[in-house]
Amino acid sequence: MNKEYFHSVILRPDLCTGCTVCMQNCPTQAIRIIDGKAKIISEKCIDCCMCLKVCPYNAKTAITDSLIELQQYKYNIALPSLSFYAQFSQKYSKNSINLALKSLGFEQIIDASYYAEVLSVYLKDLSLCNSTVKPIISTYCPAVTRLIQIKNPELIKNISRLESPMEVAARHVRNKIIEEKNISENDIGIFLLSPCPAKITSIKNPIGIDKSSLDGALSIKELFPKILKILLTQRNEEINDLQNFHGELWGRVGGQSKVSKIDKSIVVDGIEEVSKILDMIELGKLDNIDFIEAYSCVGGCVGGPLNVENPFIAKYRIDNRSNSSYPVSNNEIRSNFKFENLCWNKEILPSKIMELDNDISIALKKMEAINALLKKLPGIDCGACGSPSCRALAEDVVQNRAKFTDCIFKKFEGEENEN
Amino acid sequence: MKFEYTISNLNFSTAGEASSNIKKVLKLLGIDSKIIRRAAIATYEAEINIAIHSHGGKIILYIEEDSIKITAIDKGPGIENIELAMKEGYSTATHEIREMGFGAGMGLPNIKKCSNEFSITSEFGKYTKLEITIFI
Repeated sequence: MNKEYFHSVILRPDLCTGCTVCMQNCPTQAIRIIDGKAKIISEKCIDCCMCLKVCPYNAKTAITDSLIELQQYKYNIALPSLSFYAQFSQKYSKNSINLALKSLGFEQIIDASYYAEVLSVYLKDLSLCNSTVKPIISTYCPAVTRLIQIKNPELIKNISRLESPMEVAARHVRNKIIEEKNISENDIGIFLLSPCPAKITSIKNPIGIDKSSLDGALSIKELFPKILKILLTQRNEEINDLQNFHGELWGRVGGQSKVSKIDKSIVVDGIEEVSKILDMIELGKLDNIDFIEAYSCVGGCVGGPLNVENPFIAKYRIDNRSNSSYPVSNNEIRSNFKFENLCWNKEILPSKIMELDNDISIALKKMEAINALLKKLPGIDCGACGSPSCRALAEDVVQNRAKFTDCIFKKFEGEENEN
Repeated sequence: MKFEYTISNLNFSTAGEASSNIKKVLKLLGIDSKIIRRAAIATYEAEINIAIHSHGGKIILYIEEDSIKITAIDKGPGIENIELAMKEGYSTATHEIREMGFGAGMGLPNIKKCSNEFSITSEFGKYTKLEITIFI
């Protein structure tokens, strides 16, 4: 995989027809149609995967690692995301799925639900702490964190300092293996089995930390048929399945609040609704709330575009399994994990990508130019020019990213005048 | 530069639009996010006030290099006692409006808190006018 890229979501030009559906649906207006193909403006993309979900031609895809990457390491570890096991029919035990993963080349499988539970304990602490800026916003969905950087930078101070269960799990297990098995750090490969491109981007281009503890990410969608093939040939196995922790509930919307037992929390899913809630926080309307659990995808991580199962069925399976799972004891968590080791440490910075200019007097002049252009445009936001709205085209023209005659109405007018 | 937004009486589906638009404009201009937040809160409270208390009105935004001026003007009924209206928790909103989560009596005091300069004038039975200045 190319380590230099910024986003996991990419376009397959061969399949793109330039139809404008993705451009019209992108919540940060990060897409333009140029020469008949959709282009993502990297700095504006938050990896919410809306384009991937709405593309009628499946022309959007995610860059992921493949199983071949496992050859780079001597000791490979799979880190299934919290919505992973819910992709499989309940007749397959967690144990049998793990055995299938082992036959695909993994030496060890990490149970992320344990680490979600560790974080839940400290999340509850944070919600009770008076010095924390409220409401605390979860960082679990990286697309939400990126949306805050772009659209609501005033809320960066509300972002929870706790890392994701994936980072915490990978770091903890890596250190343990180096210590116990005497394997050198470079020989260990930890791979996320990911439900979404946003988490993959976070490995290559992390926010809040210098370097991810994960080495790569595989798409659940790509792995699923391979695992299923193995499961189908497996014999019936032992009755005692592996233990399951409450933390698996983090795989679906509402899980963080439920496991942390934070009462005053707002749970919101779907990027547009998330954006509205963030605006409400900025207006000071949610000061009485302790915690915001927000997900770009409807349903939470079960709704991730790299999953295979219907999100509502997967959610049902997670809930069902949680009835027979056990919480980890608070004492065990507190003696094994310290708060300061579970936090990101690098400042999260606001993005300035939406600004017209650094200099306000130039920005004002550009704004005047945009308003003047806007009056001349038809105002029907058809998208045929390749920008998502007439306003966006006016802005693109002023910023030298497009021409006024990209507007098909203006183009025809111009041609008529010539004739 | 001037932007104008019309606010109609009791139309809650559009209330908040002026605030959200102003936020976008100020963001494009690269104005500090703390100042944007204050302008957004002041505008939001002002437009909610117009929507719940008045017969309709408008919000006008003027942006200069060193300041943002927000004027909110409505067509009445005006405020009988301005001093009382400025008190935190004082509200004349109806029970129905309160049921909808508005009318907590914090709007005007909040607007004042967000402003560097603030003035309120009203003629009972005619109009209310807020003039809000936030320095950049």
